Amino acid sequence: MALLDIQGVTRRFGDFTAVDNVSLAVEAGEFFTLLGPSGCGKTTLLRMIAGFDLPDAGRILLNGEDLADSPPELRPVRTVFQSYALFPHMSVEGNVAFPLQMARVPSGERKARIEAALEDVRLQGFNRRYPHELSGGQKQRVAIARALVTHPTMLLLDEPLAALDAKLREDLSIELINLQKEVGIAFVYVTHDQTEALALSHRIAVMNRGRIEQLDEPSKIYGFPRTRFVADFIGHCNLFSGPIREANGSLALVDVDGLGPVRVATATSAAGGARGTIALRPEKIRIAAEAPSGTPDNHFHGAVRDLLYMGDVTVYRVAIEGGTIVEALLANSQSGRAKFFEVGDAVDVSWPVGAGHFIVE
Amino acid sequence: MRRRPAWLWAAAIFAYAFLYVPLLIVVVYSFNDSRLNAEWVGFTFDWYRTLASDDQMLKAAGNSLMIGIVVSFVSTVLGTMAGLAMHRYRLRLLPILIVAPIAIPEILMGVSLLIFFVLLNFTLGLVSVALAHIAFCIGFVAIVVRARLAGMDETLTEAARDCGATPASAFRYVTLPLIMPGVIAGALMAFTLSIDDFVITFFTAGAGTITLPLQIYSMIKISVTPEVNAVSTLLMLLTLLLIVVAAKLSPTLLPSERETTP
Amino acid sequence: MGSSAPHPEPLAARGEREPSTREAGEGRRKPRASLGKWLVGAPPLLYLLVFFAAPTLIMVLASFRSPGEFGGLAPIVDETGKLDLNVDSYVRFVTEPVFARVFVKSAWYATLTTLFCLLLAYPLATLIAKSSRKYRDLLLLLVILPFWSNFLIRIYAWMIILGPNAALAKLVNGTLALFGAAPVPLLFSGFAVLVCLVYVSLPFMVLPLYANLEKHDQALLDAAQDLGANAWQRFWRVTFPLSLPGVYAGAALVFIPALGIFAIPDILGGPEDTLIGNLIKQQFLETRDWPFGSVLSIVLTVAALMLAGIAAWVGRRGAGRRA
Repeated sequence: MALLDIQGVTRRFGDFTAVDNVSLAVEAGEFFTLLGPSGCGKTTLLRMIAGFDLPDAGRILLNGEDLADSPPELRPVRTVFQSYALFPHMSVEGNVAFPLQMARVPSGERKARIEAALEDVRLQGFNRRYPHELSGGQKQRVAIARALVTHPTMLLLDEPLAALDAKLREDLSIELINLQKEVGIAFVYVTHDQTEALALSHRIAVMNRGRIEQLDEPSKIYGFPRTRFVADFIGHCNLFSGPIREANGSLALVDVDGLGPVRVATATSAAGGARGTIALRPEKIRIAAEAPSGTPDNHFHGAVRDLLYMGDVTVYRVAIEGGTIVEALLANSQSGRAKFFEVGDAVDVSWPVGAGHFIVE
Repeated sequence: MRRRPAWLWAAAIFAYAFLYVPLLIVVVYSFNDSRLNAEWVGFTFDWYRTLASDDQMLKAAGNSLMIGIVVSFVSTVLGTMAGLAMHRYRLRLLPILIVAPIAIPEILMGVSLLIFFVLLNFTLGLVSVALAHIAFCIGFVAIVVRARLAGMDETLTEAARDCGATPASAFRYVTLPLIMPGVIAGALMAFTLSIDDFVITFFTAGAGTITLPLQIYSMIKISVTPEVNAVSTLLMLLTLLLIVVAAKLSPTLLPSERETTP
Repeated sequence: MGSSAPHPEPLAARGEREPSTREAGEGRRKPRASLGKWLVGAPPLLYLLVFFAAPTLIMVLASFRSPGEFGGLAPIVDETGKLDLNVDSYVRFVTEPVFARVFVKSAWYATLTTLFCLLLAYPLATLIAKSSRKYRDLLLLLVILPFWSNFLIRIYAWMIILGPNAALAKLVNGTLALFGAAPVPLLFSGFAVLVCLVYVSLPFMVLPLYANLEKHDQALLDAAQDLGANAWQRFWRVTFPLSLPGVYAGAALVFIPALGIFAIPDILGGPEDTLIGNLIKQQFLETRDWPFGSVLSIVLTVAALMLAGIAAWVGRRGAGRRA
């Protein structure tokens, strides 16, 4: 039995369906992420798990028990809010002690538990500080300590890193992974940031317009996006669409509009005539001045239309003769070399059948 | 900073003088050794002594104080509830009833309450005055409290619930401490409004019941005597004190929540 | 309370907000919310229904009843057992021109008060708005402070200043005597009423004007100057039009209370300075004609609310255009 079982949950606001018949299960000890653009329903779903909102249809079971009748304070889950929601009139210790007071933990026992929680987030010695005396990262840690101090069965995190700057975000991401391993409870993590999601999670549910587009491990989400939306939302991706000429369960051939026939390896079979999309990550494309030796699976000629130097890599947008723009990426690993091509250079573009991923629409 | 023309300063100074000179004259003449509020004769505390032995005035002051305290307490409780209700729920009737007593001419409330009490055979007196004062003070408290709530991060209440607090504890331990400055400001406002009110009191007090403004009114209708200056000076001092208390209390109660909202 | 429980609140408006930004939204567990709503909302609602709404409705009803023989109200059911409701008092108000004249006079005083307040408040509000942040709060507090002193004290102060033995009266009448004119009384006159009305109303003009002027962008004035406008043109073509919402708000806050004022003319006015407020007081406490007093109160209130509505509408329209 899964720890958290969401069954056919729907939530509407007037005419707008925020969460549309969503079902998913979260296992004990899992780091589970709800990923999607703003307005996709991920936060609404999280709020329903926490109890701040109720589904219009469907059930939410925790340890097999329906939560419909439990107000937030009776649910053994804790939330880390995006704004941290630290009580400004209480010290760090007061904030962390609050859930213990509410749970009527004897005061003799409290001190040790507060210290343990602060140790978990490496904030010992901050007991007397007030929230306004803390940095963003420290507030974040207090919020987590407050959520963990009563040993909930599950932690809900609502974009906890969104308000922090990039460097701190990376540090805290690593800490979150370690913390989750240490305390061993399930995390349900909401974010719109795909890098965060890919780096942190055991499994990711990509949401769009209230529905789950794909629920999978990070590497599967990235490498084998099931839908156009997922391919496009996670990382950069060239999406080539057109009528399928054939798809026989090992190889597919798609007549891509403005490009021509493209071959891609696939386990899917589909009838000819339907539309298919090939998702192709920029880093998997070879671009070079001269043609490769041998016969590549997919081979086109074009000219560099513009380029974007990003430091570690340079992104080239190549206009293929048919008119399509292909985005390719080259690592600038050779020291001192900022770019391999200039705008207008003729280039040779190719990739093997295994590079792309085939999606039937 | 731009240079401001001299005439702007002159106009502003005139306006401030216009606001303060009359009150200053009242205070200065309360120490004047003359029955006439016309010329400075000499310094005296006589009018304060007269005041201290004026039983009628003391009774009026006692009544006003008592009404003020009761009104301030009841309207703060009811006004805070109204502020909370308006902040948290979508209501139709309550917001109208909150704003209307403030928006309509004061005299309307005075006369309508007069009709109301008389038709109900309710004896006009301290109780009817207090009931009337509460009716117009609730709105002021509710507006102040609501403004305070609007400035509060609503996730804090949710966080309290999430930490295991029932709605009542969430209010008691999180919401109430955070809106306390607004509640105190509202209470002081209600107290001042009640102590100062003349129009509504005038209609709802009935004969024989006297409050400070009513006593001042009947005295100045008859003649101008420095005893009025003396009581006015004391009343102004009291108001000033309350304002200072309110200003001192509000920021210290919540040292810093402004900085904590990102 | 199951998941299919009906929602007591209209949710349509909420749907317009983006769900992911709803974290700060109201803590809405719907089925419980209705209980909390009643626990918190009902006591003040009940109080105001009993002590505000009911008296107001009773007064509206009273305006259609007959005056009692010895004042107050006649029985609502007359000797013949018929319901005694009529519009006599309204007819009286419309047909006897003396009452309309009092209304016009009140409106005239209120208009003058508004104009003088505007003249005094504009430079003051401008100065405060342009002051450094350090002094701004203090200057503003100084404007509000007198408002918190007792209303009667503020009237009384003018009794002293305008009194026949005071320096001002001596100065004025001394000057008049130089020109061979007869002395004029300053106290118990329309002048006294007007000065005091301006005095008590001034803060209500300064505050909204300040709130508006404070938001003005100095860059607009710099741009106007750059385009060749002199100081007067900058004020008249840029600052003043932009400040109109503040002017309307201030005018409403000054005009409406001034219209219904009764203590000031009662204490400082002469015999001919009877305004609506005094008329209403007379009807209730002297003539004891409650139905007619109710009619006067209702007409006053309707006029005030209409003016407030117009001010709000004009202000909003102006603000919308300038947004």
